[in-house]
Amino acid sequence: MNLEGRGLTIGYADLVVGTGLDVTLASGEVLALLGPNGGGKTTLLKTLIGLLPPLAGVVHLDGTSLAALSLRERARLLAYVPQVHVATFAFPVATVVLMGRTAHAGLFSPPSAKDRAIAAGALARFGIAALADRPYSRISGGERQLVLLARALAQEPRFVVLDEPTASLDFGNQGRVLGEIRALAQMGHGVLFTTHDPNHALRVADRVYLLREGSCLAAGPTADVLTRERLQDLYRAPIAQLIDSATGAVAFSPG
Amino acid sequence: MTKRAAWPGLAVAVAVLALGLVLALTVGRYPLALGDVFDVVLAKLTGRAPQAPAVVESIVLQVRGPRVVAAMLVGAALAVAGTAFQGLFRNPLVSPDILGASSGAALGAVLGIYAALDVFAIQLVAFAGGLIAVTAVYAVGAAIRTRDPVLVLVLAGVVIGALFGAGIGVVKYLADPYNQLPAMTFWLLGSLAASNAADLLPLFLPIAFGTAMLVALRWRLNVMSLPEEEARALGVPTRALRIVIVAAATLVTAASVAAAGIIGWVGLVVPHLARALVGPDFARLLPTAAILGGGYLLLIDTLARTVAPVEVPLGILTALVGTPFFIWLLASVQRSWS
Repeated sequence: MNLEGRGLTIGYADLVVGTGLDVTLASGEVLALLGPNGGGKTTLLKTLIGLLPPLAGVVHLDGTSLAALSLRERARLLAYVPQVHVATFAFPVATVVLMGRTAHAGLFSPPSAKDRAIAAGALARFGIAALADRPYSRISGGERQLVLLARALAQEPRFVVLDEPTASLDFGNQGRVLGEIRALAQMGHGVLFTTHDPNHALRVADRVYLLREGSCLAAGPTADVLTRERLQDLYRAPIAQLIDSATGAVAFSPG
Repeated sequence: MTKRAAWPGLAVAVAVLALGLVLALTVGRYPLALGDVFDVVLAKLTGRAPQAPAVVESIVLQVRGPRVVAAMLVGAALAVAGTAFQGLFRNPLVSPDILGASSGAALGAVLGIYAALDVFAIQLVAFAGGLIAVTAVYAVGAAIRTRDPVLVLVLAGVVIGALFGAGIGVVKYLADPYNQLPAMTFWLLGSLAASNAADLLPLFLPIAFGTAMLVALRWRLNVMSLPEEEARALGVPTRALRIVIVAAATLVTAASVAAAGIIGWVGLVVPHLARALVGPDFARLLPTAAILGGGYLLLIDTLARTVAPVEVPLGILTALVGTPFFIWLLASVQRSWS
């Protein structure tokens, strides 16, 4: 299954953010979206999941136009993991994850036993079953990110789209979330995430998409695209390349 | 803190309602024994002749009974509307009064009184007024983009509320100063003194319909209290649903305003107390708020009847409770939500 944007012009009624963008995300692969602040990453991400209509071009899901699907139909295919936030009301974690089942239930119907089982399974999958009864407002940022991932999994989507899933997490939790992104792809989901850290793309992405000032600078397999020269070009800043002498693994460092 | 079972909180709400019922029926200028009240109510329900004196029967069935039912309905309506508005606008500080629903409905109802309409027609005009006011507040809030949209919403509510208040002033100025004006003035301050059995059905129907609508949508209300884009990504048609929820909450507010005038603060205070009892899940929050709201207003109304030689307007008593509560809330929200 493919999520595909063709000839996209993205932005808002009074502001064009990007033009001429082609993006494809296939089932079972991880695509990382990289680029400077204000380059259009979040706008492109919201356009690809139908939260923003494209100003030109189309987004297709296996040949069906996204615009032809209802919000409910879309939510059964695409899950969106927003940046971690604090909820206004202190819902228990289990209820937050159960909200992922919304698109599978009727407008007036309460969550079924099956919905509750799937939500509990998603919590267990990320090792946070013990948090089920805790208020979402009183757990740590890393735990909240995992809860939002569990909610996306409970949605039983084909594609998972994450907006800066590692931002504001400590080093350990960054690694944990990256591991789960890889795991989602191994389960057959197509995963798209935005990040400010090229090393996170190196770690888990099959392909990367570099977005600068609203146009595509480069796209392709991670190892081919992420070179020191291209990153310096992308961010217009000096970047050092580090190589692990034991494994040959590459990492980048700003400055 | 862990998730609590629903029943202890619900039991507290039911106990408040039971206490309110007992006090409202027994306390007053003519104190009644609880046994006599039970006797009259049981006799009415089973169709036999009551053993209590006729004057007791008349007080229970004609005087206090309708007023007790009206107080429960109005209290429940304001609490349910406040709960829905707080969820919908993702803000624990909003209430039907703050969003202009009350003043809009009041202007509609005052116009209805001025035009000498019947009870159902006054309900209808009040509903239209409430809907126009909330829509205007929401439109202003949506048009002005700032970093703090909720602050804009609350301020827009204050401004639109003041505009509708000026409209009420115009109608009062034009009203007949010997008959209509005193009626409007006392009614606006909030009172259940005029409750009678014939007016209960026009009060009950819109409140039951609007509340049933909100309770049916309780699971969606949970999702609607998330940020808009998140709710849409979860498959909820937020725009259509918001209109339905605002209409339902405004309907119950307008019905209560048309029956009992502006009784402020109930829609702000009671949802908070209910949330403290059973947590934020609307599936349990809405019924708890309705029961607690009914009990709360019964207690306030009993106080209004008995605290002074003349009746104290309800709006004055609820403001005495609500204002310090709001200030306390504002202070604690600053601590925990910012």
